[in-house]
Amino acid sequence: MAEVLVYVDHVDGAVRKPTLELLTLARRVGEPVAVALGNGAADTAAILAEHGAVKVLTHEAAEYADYLVVPKVDALQAAVEAVSPAAVLVPSSAEGKEIAARLALRIGSGIITDAVDLEAGDEGPVATQSVFAASFTTKSRVSKGTPVITVKPNSAAVEAAPAAGAVEALAVTFSAQATGTKVTARTPRESTGRPELTEAAIVVSGGRGVNGAENFAIIEALADSLGAAVGASRAAVDAGWYPHTNQVGQTGKSVSPQLYIASGISGAIQHRAGMQTSKTIVAINKDAEAPIFELVDYGVVGDLFDVVPALTEEIKARKG
Amino acid sequence: MSLRIVVTVKYVPDATGDRHFADDLTVDRDDVDGLLSELDEYAVEQALQISENSDDDVEITVLTVGPEDAKDALRKALSMGADKAIHVEDDDLHGTDALGTSLVLAKAIEKAGYDLVISGMASTDGTMGVVPALLAERLGVPQVTLLSEVSVEDGTVKGRRDGDAASEQLEASLPAVVSVTDQSGEARYPSFKGIMAAKKKPVESWDLSDLDIEAEEVGLEGAYTVVDVAAERPARTAGTIVKDEGEGGKQLAEFLASQKFI
Ligand SMILES: Cc1cc2nc3c(=O)[nH]c(=O)nc-3n(C[C@H](O)[C@H](O)[C@H](O)COP(=O)(O)OP(=O)(O)OC[C@H]3O[C@@H](n4cnc5c(N)ncnc54)[C@H](O)[C@@H]3O)c2cc1C
Ligand SMILES: Nc1ncnc2c1ncn2[C@@H]1O[C@H](COP(=O)(O)O)[C@@H](O)[C@H]1O
Repeated sequence: MAEVLVYVDHVDGAVRKPTLELLTLARRVGEPVAVALGNGAADTAAILAEHGAVKVLTHEAAEYADYLVVPKVDALQAAVEAVSPAAVLVPSSAEGKEIAARLALRIGSGIITDAVDLEAGDEGPVATQSVFAASFTTKSRVSKGTPVITVKPNSAAVEAAPAAGAVEALAVTFSAQATGTKVTARTPRESTGRPELTEAAIVVSGGRGVNGAENFAIIEALADSLGAAVGASRAAVDAGWYPHTNQVGQTGKSVSPQLYIASGISGAIQHRAGMQTSKTIVAINKDAEAPIFELVDYGVVGDLFDVVPALTEEIKARKG
Repeated sequence: MSLRIVVTVKYVPDATGDRHFADDLTVDRDDVDGLLSELDEYAVEQALQISENSDDDVEITVLTVGPEDAKDALRKALSMGADKAIHVEDDDLHGTDALGTSLVLAKAIEKAGYDLVISGMASTDGTMGVVPALLAERLGVPQVTLLSEVSVEDGTVKGRRDGDAASEQLEASLPAVVSVTDQSGEARYPSFKGIMAAKKKPVESWDLSDLDIEAEEVGLEGAYTVVDVAAERPARTAGTIVKDEGEGGKQLAEFLASQKFI
C-alpha cells in the first residue's frame, strides 16, 4: 500500500490531538508515515505508533524553533523526496496551512485547506470542505502532483491501531531561505487548565451580552461544570473582556465540537463561520429574534444572568 | 531612502449577502455584490501607518487580481490614502486557484518593484490564508506573516505573531512579505477629501501578456485542484426553543442530559 505522510504537530514531544485524528484519516488512503521535527521529535513515536504510524521520520535542529515556517517546509520536502507518498496531510493550524502551501508550490502539487473529511477516491483522496460560513459543502481533489491536504481539528475520531512506528532519522539540508525570518522572542501561552479550544468536545462561548470581563466568570463556571473550553465572540474580545486566543469565528478559531453553547451571542455570519459545523448547538439569548436561534438544537430565550448560573447549578447537582 | 510598499487587496462577494457557486463550481462573482475584503483594509491601514511613521519617501501601491468590478476595491484603498493602483484583469483568469493567484500576484509585484509586500491574513471568501506564504516562496524573500503588530525601521521589519502555542517576536530584512491580522488596529474610514483625491490617482491595468504568463498556467485549466461537488448544506432541522420563566436553566440541563452531555 502507498505511504501517506502525516505532519506531526507537537510541543516538545507532546503530540496534539488533531495529529492523531489525521492518522485515522491517513489510514483510509494509505500507510501513515509520520514526520516529527524539532525538540522532542523522537518522543512522539510511541503514541504515533499506537495510532497507526508505520514509521516516524524525525529530525531535531535549533532552526525549527529559531526561524519561521521555512525550515519545516525544507524538512517536509525532504520527507516527500525520501518517501514518494500518495498524499501529504497537515493539521489545519495557521502555521500548518503556510507550511503545506509552500510545500505544494515546491513539489508542483495542488493544495486543499481546511478539509473536514477525507475518503479514498478513484483519482486520489477526496476532501470534504465546508465553505461560505458552512452554508455549502464541497468535495474536491488535487488534480496535479502529490495531494497536499490540511485537515481541521475534530474531523475524525482518534482510533487505536497499533503499528510498528519505527523511528528513522530524516536527512534535511536547510535552504537559503530557511533563516530569513528570525524568531527573536517567544512567550508560551499560559495554560488555563481547560481543554484546547479547537480540540474540545464541548465549547461554552460568551458574547457582548456577557457585558464585562468580570462576568465571564459565569461562562467559565458553566464550562468547568462540563469540562469544556471557553470561547468568545469578537465583540467580547474587542471589548477586552476575553483574550483573542479564545475568539471563535472567521478571524478567530474555527471549532467543531460535539456541543457548542452560545450565551449572549447574536450569531453574525462571521461568528457562524467558526462554529456552524458543531454537532449540537445550544443558545441562550434574551432576544427571541437573534439569528443564532436559526442554528440551534435547543434555545432558551432569557437573560443569561439567570439561565447560565441555574444551568451550572443543575449540572453540578446531576453530576453529584 | 525610499520604501516601495505593495499592498495586495482582494475584491470579494459580500459575506452578509447570499454567496453561492456558479454552474462551473467557481465562486459566483457576477450575481453578488462585492467589496474590498475587510481583512485587506487592515493591510492598507498598516501600510499607511508605516508611511506616516517613516522618514523615508514611502510609496504605496495597491494591487488586485480580479474582474472588472475589482476596481471598486482599488478605489476604496486609494481613498483610504494609497498612492496608486494596479489592476490585473484577464478573461483567462476565471477560476484561478490560490497557486495561480500567487503566480500572477508575484509577477505583478516584481514588475511593479517593491521593498515590502503587505497582505491581509486571509480572503473573506476563500479563507485559505496561504497567499502571503506563497508570495514569499515565489519571490524568494522572508515571510513575516499573521502579525498583530508591525513596524519597519532601517531596512528591517519587525512584528508580533500570536500563534496557538506562543506569541512570537519576528524579525527579517527587507525585501519581505508581511501579512497582518484584524488585531493589528482598526482600519480608517476614507475621508471626503480622500474619496475626491482617489478619483485622480493612477490605476494601471495589466493583463496576462504584460506579465509573461500563459493562459494555461492560470484559470480553471491551470488549477491544481478540482471541485467535483458543491452542495448547499441542508438547513438545520428546527430546534426546540423555550422561553425562560424561571425553569430555563433546568430545561436546558434536561436537554443536555437527554443528549448524554451530562
Ligand atoms: C472581517 C470580519 C471578521 C469578523 N470575525 C469575527 C469572528 O471571528 N468572530 C466573531 O464572533 N465575530 C466576528 N466578526 C464580528 C461579527 O460581525 C459580529 O459583530 C460579532 O460576532 C458580534 O458579537 P456578539 O454576538 O457577541 O454581539 P452582538 O451582535 O451585539 O450580540 C449580542 C447578543 O447578546 C444578547 N444579549 C444581550 N444581553 C443579554 C443577556 N443579559 N442575556 C442574554 N442575551 C443577551 C443580545 O440579544 C444580542 O443578540 C467579524 C466581522 C468582520 C467584518
Ligand atoms: N485575487 C487577489 N488579488 C489581490 N490580493 C489577493 C488576491 N487573493 C488573495 N490576495 C491576498 O492574499 C491574502 C490571503 O488570501 P487567501 O490566501 O486567499 O486567504 C488576502 O488577504 C490578500 O491580501
